[in-house]
Amino acid sequence: MTAPHATPAPMDCREFVEIVSEYIEAALAETERLRTEAHLAGCAGCRAYLDQMQRTITLLRRVADGDPEATAHRATLVEVFRAWRASRDTS
Amino acid sequence: MTEAAVGSDEPLLARLRSGEEAAFVELVDRHGPALHRVARMYCTASVAEEVVQETWIGVLNGLDRFEGRASLRTWIFRILANIARTRGEREHRQIPFSAFADPSADAGPAVDPERFNPPGTEWGNHWISHPRHWDEVPEVVTESAETLDVARRAIDTLPPAQREVITLRDVEGWSSDEVCESLGLSAVNQRVLLHRARSRVRAALEQHLETHR
Repeated sequence: MTAPHATPAPMDCREFVEIVSEYIEAALAETERLRTEAHLAGCAGCRAYLDQMQRTITLLRRVADGDPEATAHRATLVEVFRAWRASRDTS
Repeated sequence: MTEAAVGSDEPLLARLRSGEEAAFVELVDRHGPALHRVARMYCTASVAEEVVQETWIGVLNGLDRFEGRASLRTWIFRILANIARTRGEREHRQIPFSAFADPSADAGPAVDPERFNPPGTEWGNHWISHPRHWDEVPEVVTESAETLDVARRAIDTLPPAQREVITLRDVEGWSSDEVCESLGLSAVNQRVLLHRARSRVRAALEQHLETHR
């Protein structure tokens, strides 16, 4: 028989790596968050994994920096804008 | 793009509608680079250039119909995605279309199961050897252009729907709500796609950084 407020099963590392994004996104339900934190408190490996994931996300923000191909061709677009405004003003 | 910057698109809208060129230039400077990066997920670089231009034409022509239910940014990117997908189809490229992507497809584990003790044994499903702290890797390596390139290449090899989500969320820094709205995804599917994408990029970085012990 299961007690009405049975302690949830402890989390293992394999489960942790599948919910780490939801943990980072703060998308876990309260009981799951507590299970996750209980696991993290006792597992250096998963703390390192969490740190790697957070650093990955930080690094991804820099992927856009210095992207040489992403320069907008502003002069062409200004022509586009002027043509649009002219056609609108005459219609 | 930060959340604060998203909000500041709205005052531009009125200026743009009144035909103010400076407002248009501001909008182009703000979103142009991201539009290019997203367009390149769907088409070749040369076509991406045209797609971005067509997007701006679409934005200008649609200004009067824009009701402000979505943010200006998500509306612009929806226009881009529609044009880019059509052009990409013509180029016979593999088209990302997260809204139709089944996140349960490509449901491989985030980490190779071989790295955990077998289930049912002592410490089953726990790490055999702990992941390494990247603090131990010299900063010159973690901050290097080479490491950034590893992340870029990892994104390029992701299944299209994952690539779409991680690009908007983590590279462009959008909120999950904006990504769901732009790509027509449920919050759950967005999270699943993001999780798989991040897990793969992390794995690629880990493999790369392992060589710098």
